[in-house]
Amino acid sequence: MTAKPERVRMPERPPAERIRDFEEVPLGLTPELARREAARCLQCPTAPCSAGCPVEIDIPGFIRLLREKREEEAIALIRRTNSLPAVCGRVCPQEDQCERHCVLGIKGEPVAIGALERYLSKREPESSPQPEPVRRGEPVAVVGSGPAGLTAAADLARMGFAVTVFEALHAPGGVMAYGIPAFRLPRSILEGEVARLAEMGVRFEYDTVIGATFSLDDLRDRGYRAFFIGSGAGLPRFMGIPGENLVGVYSANEYLTRVNLMGARHFPDWATPVSRGRRVIVVGGGNVAMDSARTALRLGAEEVTVVYRRSRREMPARHEEIVHAEQEGVVFHLLALPLSYRPDADGRVAVAQCQRMELGEPDASGRRSPVPIPGSEFEVACDTVIVAVGNSPNPLIPSREPGLETGRRGNLEVDPETGATSLPGVFAGGDIATGAATVIEAMGAGKRAARGIAAYLAD
Amino acid sequence: MNKIVSHERLNRDVVRMELENPPIAAKRRAGQFVVIRIDETGERIPLTLVDSDPGRGTITLVVQAVGATTRQLFQMSAGDSLLDVAGPLGHPAPIENYGTVIAVAGGVGAAEALPVIRALREAGNTVITIVGARSGELLILTEELRGASDELHICTDDGSLGKPGQVTSLLNWMINDGRIPDLVYAIGPVPMMRAVAEQTRPYGIRTLVSLNPLMVDGTGMCGCCRVTVGDQVRFACVDGPDFDAHQVDFDELVSRQRAYLTQEAEARKRAGDAR
Repeated sequence: MTAKPERVRMPERPPAERIRDFEEVPLGLTPELARREAARCLQCPTAPCSAGCPVEIDIPGFIRLLREKREEEAIALIRRTNSLPAVCGRVCPQEDQCERHCVLGIKGEPVAIGALERYLSKREPESSPQPEPVRRGEPVAVVGSGPAGLTAAADLARMGFAVTVFEALHAPGGVMAYGIPAFRLPRSILEGEVARLAEMGVRFEYDTVIGATFSLDDLRDRGYRAFFIGSGAGLPRFMGIPGENLVGVYSANEYLTRVNLMGARHFPDWATPVSRGRRVIVVGGGNVAMDSARTALRLGAEEVTVVYRRSRREMPARHEEIVHAEQEGVVFHLLALPLSYRPDADGRVAVAQCQRMELGEPDASGRRSPVPIPGSEFEVACDTVIVAVGNSPNPLIPSREPGLETGRRGNLEVDPETGATSLPGVFAGGDIATGAATVIEAMGAGKRAARGIAAYLAD
Repeated sequence: MNKIVSHERLNRDVVRMELENPPIAAKRRAGQFVVIRIDETGERIPLTLVDSDPGRGTITLVVQAVGATTRQLFQMSAGDSLLDVAGPLGHPAPIENYGTVIAVAGGVGAAEALPVIRALREAGNTVITIVGARSGELLILTEELRGASDELHICTDDGSLGKPGQVTSLLNWMINDGRIPDLVYAIGPVPMMRAVAEQTRPYGIRTLVSLNPLMVDGTGMCGCCRVTVGDQVRFACVDGPDFDAHQVDFDELVSRQRAYLTQEAEARKRAGDAR
């Protein structure tokens, strides 16, 4: 028996080069590598991979077309159900989704589905998908232009509805614009996907804060018949420890927004400043923490330390992102937790007082919970701290629209199948409903809610 | 949208500008603010909404040239446009019939106090306004304040107009005179608001301050504007901007407002050198 071909590795820029700029790190697959990888697919008739995809991509189908060098048809097939393949091919945790269900993964390594999707996303589809003549013109409002909102907007537009996306910020993309750095998701990629939606007839209104500029009732008066709320998990959590409001302590949201959305790395040519720390501490172990740490390096930090209270096994960040951060020189202080921050004479953060932890019994999340080790306090010198310990649902819409039922964490309560909220005609999905999760889960929710809205308007 | 329809200098570094923005004009209530961005490379800054005309679809801002962006706003003219204006943000000022209210305003706060004074008076309050500046030529909108208030008291540090001294001395004099108000509403520079808070604290006079910390998005997303009020961390953008003056940690607020002074000074120096 011949050895099975190995999963291809996507070429990447070397760490020493890439930490000097904000250009993308992975370089994508060449046509040859893509076809070699596509050849590994077993073409399982049951398509377990597709069942693991929240936006229901026909994965064996597009891989077969790719093998047959019918790439325009392959990307058309992907775009039929996924409006943001160039985004998903880069930021989806495929290891937890499609690739986790790949039969090849049982004994070896799964097909690199994400890399193939990313490869195809560069291609123009064979013909643009035509709106199905279900119904036409009924105005639907989408609140928020993050992954959930854009997916709902695209699916609704494809069904023939007149979709307007209302965005509070001055640019589209939500967390894809303010949160995810350009070295993981280049701005041109995001802009390209948004431009496609505009070509499909989706209208965008920026600087429009629903709940403030317009209430849902105002939009009803303007003729909107149904609503999708995808306002995201934009409410940063802090730990509530002494010194957390010192100058130089940021939420990851603020730090990343200043750099990604506001162009602070070009200060003073661009007007928004950000602390260019020499010694930066990032608190947390998720993707946002990795994004913050790698951004700080690119802004010129000499030492970036991630402080995380559990061990590497429990880190919620993607393996790939942890590896990227390590390669680039990020230092990990695992099993450690900040207790307080102390200022220098100017009132800026200067020292993080931390404590070592050990792992105890598994908690509600199934991960072993961190337990403080008495007497293990230690200090880390720093001039910038980035707190990346999670986000809660943004309170603006829930607080201004009293008819909307909310859950314990301030999230909107929705029917998981349809996205329906407690108000008729108002649907919601993504982080506003679930709390902070992934781009692809938000997209899945946007897709389900689009169907829910279509069914509601058909009644 | 966001076209400047009038741009009028009120003193040597304060400008009043009216902008076209019908949706915000229709929704604005006293005490709310907008976040603006001048152009593609601009920063997002919060500015208090001073007035609006729903019929004409305009909003009014009064801006003091202190930082890079406010200086740029000061230099603009009618006919120019801002790229982005989002709002109205924040909770409206808590307007109810308290009885007698003393409004204390300093600097550009004189303009920001106006809509709140008008709303308080409409709600049935007797409104006594104290306004101060370093010097008479820096005072703005005194006629508007006089028209809106039951009583207007003016003071200047150099005594060039009104009583000599600061707003706090006038407030002190009133309180000592036995004129204890039901509410004090203070708006202006942080040291002034802090001094007002310290003055009313021993008398247990309910005192509100309208805070203006640094902000980025203005919708609760970033936490830049966090302030400690009592034992809680609040976001001025979605929880404020008005807070109980006796609970606010002013030291922290001052420190956080100064976060980028060094960087901004360097940028100014660089821009100056280049010129």
